[in-house]
Formats: sequence, structure tokens, C-alpha cells
Amino acid sequence: MGSLVSLLRRLEGPQTVGRGPIFWALFAVVLAAALAFPMFSDGYTVGNTAYFFVWVFIALSLCLIWGYGGSLSFGQTAFFGIAGYAYGILTINFGSAYGFTLIALLLAIVIAALVALLLGYFMFFGRIEGVFLGIVTLAVTLMLERFMAQTAGPEWHIGTARLNGFNGMSGMPPLTIPWPGGPIVLFADVGLYYVVLGILVLVYLALRIVMNSSFGNVIVAIRENPERAEMLGYDVRKYQLITFVIGAMLAGLSGVLYTAWGQYITPSSMGMTAAALPLIWVAVGGRSDLTSTVIGTLAVLAGFQALTIYGSQYALVVMGVLLVLTVLIAPNGIVLGIMNWMGRLPLHKKRGGS
Amino acid sequence: MALLELRALNKHFGGLHVTNSVNLSLESGEIHCLIGPNGAGKSTLFRLILGEHQPGSGDILFAGENITALKSFARIHRGLSVKFQVPGVFKGLSVRQNLEIALQSRHRGEELAREIDRSLAFLGLEAEQSQTAGNLSHGQKQWLEIGMATSLKPRLLLLDEPTAGMSPEETRLTGEMVQRLNSEGVTVLAIEHDMAFVRQVAQRVTVLHLGRVFAQGSIDQIIADEDVAAIYLGQAHA
Repeated sequence: MGSLVSLLRRLEGPQTVGRGPIFWALFAVVLAAALAFPMFSDGYTVGNTAYFFVWVFIALSLCLIWGYGGSLSFGQTAFFGIAGYAYGILTINFGSAYGFTLIALLLAIVIAALVALLLGYFMFFGRIEGVFLGIVTLAVTLMLERFMAQTAGPEWHIGTARLNGFNGMSGMPPLTIPWPGGPIVLFADVGLYYVVLGILVLVYLALRIVMNSSFGNVIVAIRENPERAEMLGYDVRKYQLITFVIGAMLAGLSGVLYTAWGQYITPSSMGMTAAALPLIWVAVGGRSDLTSTVIGTLAVLAGFQALTIYGSQYALVVMGVLLVLTVLIAPNGIVLGIMNWMGRLPLHKKRGGS
Repeated sequence: MALLELRALNKHFGGLHVTNSVNLSLESGEIHCLIGPNGAGKSTLFRLILGEHQPGSGDILFAGENITALKSFARIHRGLSVKFQVPGVFKGLSVRQNLEIALQSRHRGEELAREIDRSLAFLGLEAEQSQTAGNLSHGQKQWLEIGMATSLKPRLLLLDEPTAGMSPEETRLTGEMVQRLNSEGVTVLAIEHDMAFVRQVAQRVTVLHLGRVFAQGSIDQIIADEDVAAIYLGQAHA
């Protein structure tokens, strides 16, 4: 009981913006609105919102590794793709009976974590740092994309799952929850929306606790001054590796949910554009804060989709401009800037007002 | 017994012999100052002791254990601690959080908060605890880092120019702080240019010149040594 209280206390702390009753009241309001949303909307919009939620996990992974840890990684899309393909291969081979899709979800994340463990071990213990970390992770991402894109021939299959080259895999079953009255198949509408929302809230709160723990302290210490962190007795490379693996699992979660949502995955989900976009979401929101990352990612995603509908050719250009403007005007992120400004407002006087 | 022992330590950077067969023995409980002109190899010697550089040859013994092959963090666990030349605080974090990161491996919960408060009081930084460490004055950053280094309860504290950029008054206070730590049982090895500080605290002085141990003795012996004056003090006070 005591340990639970101390865990909950870590929901607030120096590493996360937002504290006190006002913040948590707002959190409850937003959560209630998100829960009520499907009742006031149509299946397509709800499924589309779930699609936005799916991407938040990869953004959080970048927030963790880059924003908190200080290591810029382009490799998150690689783990996204690895887990996505792994889910496809597993479920096409073994089907969706007996809740296997949920096991496949976990297995796919474990596979992404193992790859991250291997890659991260050589990177961090080989002392690859700074811009070189970005280059190596980008190379791995693009290599995977190239490799998957050339698997069109019938010889490229794992069990009954054809890899299908550039066109990607499709036809894997959606997430299916076994239920006494018949399995609940989570197609891309209300059911999946609630499941993804639930996972998102849990992951967000868990990450708040982790980042405000002594582990989180060490992670930001390494970002600020790795030499000093090491000379306080912390095995810097081990902490970097653990962060990298957690990040890969989050990116992998995105990949699985994405694959299950649309029942397809293609190599271009690991391409240059796919690697760059999460960076923009996270940078625009505020990479060094979880809440800013979630809000920023959802806002930019919604804006991006609106742009692609009205003028598809320009959407990516606008994203680039947005990134440049963020770097110039609010280098710590626009959402984070606004939240810090709100945190400085004399809220006690304004509570009765607007 | 010697707490730290350097045996025939050598380090080359390309053709530059920065540490040349250095033998140095540090007694438990002493304050030992390392002086020498720029480029004498003082900071390199620190990096060798801390494991940031690997020596070309030679051994480093700490409390009788050969630590030459240990990684830096493992040496810290054995009881070494350091304050760097350029203040190595976590600039973007608050003063309190800086101390928390230093103290959290030894303390938890309420006890951790009490230890942080005690440390803030010891350093005279209570009023600045919520400030970002990067906004502190230079002297305050030095103290904060000394506070972080000592919160590990080290057996040997390495100080690389602890008074650089400090006023004479701050230098004197730092000297008192070092003496207080020493009286609590901490052995100190300090690189220092400020002779007033060396006079105040040093029980023994080693002069390093061109990577070699040039002279060793009490501060009075070192000052009386004409060869030392020629390479170092003469230049410094010219």
C-alpha cells in the first residue's frame, strides 16, 4: 500500500509538466471527453481518431530517447516496422483463435526489443554518440526499408506469410479478444478506439512515473552531462541501452497497432518520410515533456491529415516549414512553451474567470 | 597504507609523452596538491586515475586493489569522486535536482529529502535550490559540484582547480570546506594554481613537469626548491 502511494506520488515531478488539482482536473475532463467521443461521432471518425492515437506511442518513444535522453534516433521507424511485420507474420501463420493476436502483439514488441538490445549494445558500448547515433539508426531504418522492398518474389515468405516486397503485407487478422459469448474482433472503429485509448492512458501515466523516478533522474542527467553522470557512479551506457530498448518497445507497440488497425504494413512505413515525421511531431510539441509530446503529436497529425485532403502535394512542405519555424521560434516546442507560460499564470486569481 | 598508488604510469598522445613513468603514492587521510605549469599533464593524470583515459603502461592501485582496467563508474563505486575543472553541474536542472541525482543512490524517500536539505545548508545554496544550476554564479557552481562529489561519501576526492575563477574570500571558504571534509576522513588530491589555497590546505605537494614527477615535499620545501621556482613559481610570480 505504501509503495503504491509512493508510485502515485511520482505522477508529478520535475521531469513532467503539469501538477496539482487543476492539471489533474483538466486531465479528467479530457479523458472523459475522449471516452464520450464515440457516442457523438460516426464509426469512420472514431476509427480515424484511433489511428492518430496509434502514432502517439512512437512519438513517446522519441520523446523518451531524444527529449529526455538526449540521443537523436532515426531508428524508431525501424522498430515500428519490425514489430508491424512480426505481428503480420505471426498472425497470418497462426491465426487469431484463442487470443493469439494479443500474444502476437506482445511477441512482436519483444522482437523489436531484442533487435534494439542488439543494435543498442553495439552503439552505446561502442561509444557512438551524438550525430553519429542519428546516422547509424537512420542507416538501419533505410536498410530495412530497402530489404523489405525487394521481397516481392514468392521465395520471400515466412511460413504461409508472403512478404510481398514494396506492396507490403496485408490480410492479417485484427486484434481479437477471446470472450465467452464469441470473440470480440477489434476492427478500426469503436472497439479498437477504446482499447488503444486505454493503452495510451496507461502508457502515458506509467511513463510519467518512470521519468519522475530515480531512473528518470539519471536519464536527464545523462542528457545534461554524461561525464558528470558517470562520475556520480552511474553506468551511463547501461542506462542509455535500457532507454533505447524501452523506446523500441513503444515504437513497436505503434507498429503492431498500426498493422492491426489497417490490416496491412508496407516497407514505406520504414522509409525516410516515415522516419522524419515523428521527429517533427515531437519537436513541435516539445520533446522533453510527455504531455507536450502527446498533445503536439495529435495536433500535428490532425493538421497533416486535413492538409493531405485539401492539397496533398503541399502537406509535407508545410511539415518542413513547421519544423523550421519551431526550431527558430520555440526550440523547446510550441506546446511545451504554451504550457510553461500557463504554469506561470496566477491561476488562483483567474480561476473564476475565463 | 597508501590509499592511491600510481606505478610507472605512462600515457602517449601520438608522439606526445603526457604522462612519463609517474609514480605517486597518496596516504590515507592527507590533502595532497598537484601543481605544475600548463601542459605538465595534471589533468591527464586525473583522467587516468578516473578511467577516462587508459594508460599505455603502468598500474593504478586503490586501497590495494588494481583498478587499472575498471570502468569509470566502477571506480566511483570503489570510493573515488571528482570535481571537474570546468564546473560539471547539470545546467538545465534545478540545484535541488542536481543534488538529488548525486544522493539518490545512497538515500530514498524522506531520508533523501533530508539529506538534500542538509547538503544545501552545507553549501549555502538553500535560497537557490529551485534555480536552474546553469544560472548560478561561477563560484556557486563550483560549490554545487563539490557538494555533489562529496555526497558520494568518497574515500578519495579529486579536485581539479577547485578555486578557479573564485574571489580570494571564496577561495578561503573553499579551503575551509576542503579541510572540513578532510577532518571527516576524506583524502584529497587537488590540482591547483592558486598558491594561497595550496598553502592553506596542502600537507604534501607534488610538482609535475612535462609529464614527470619533478619534485615532492611540503609546501615550504617546494617553495624553497630553486629548480621548481625556475619551472613554475618563477614564471607564475614573475
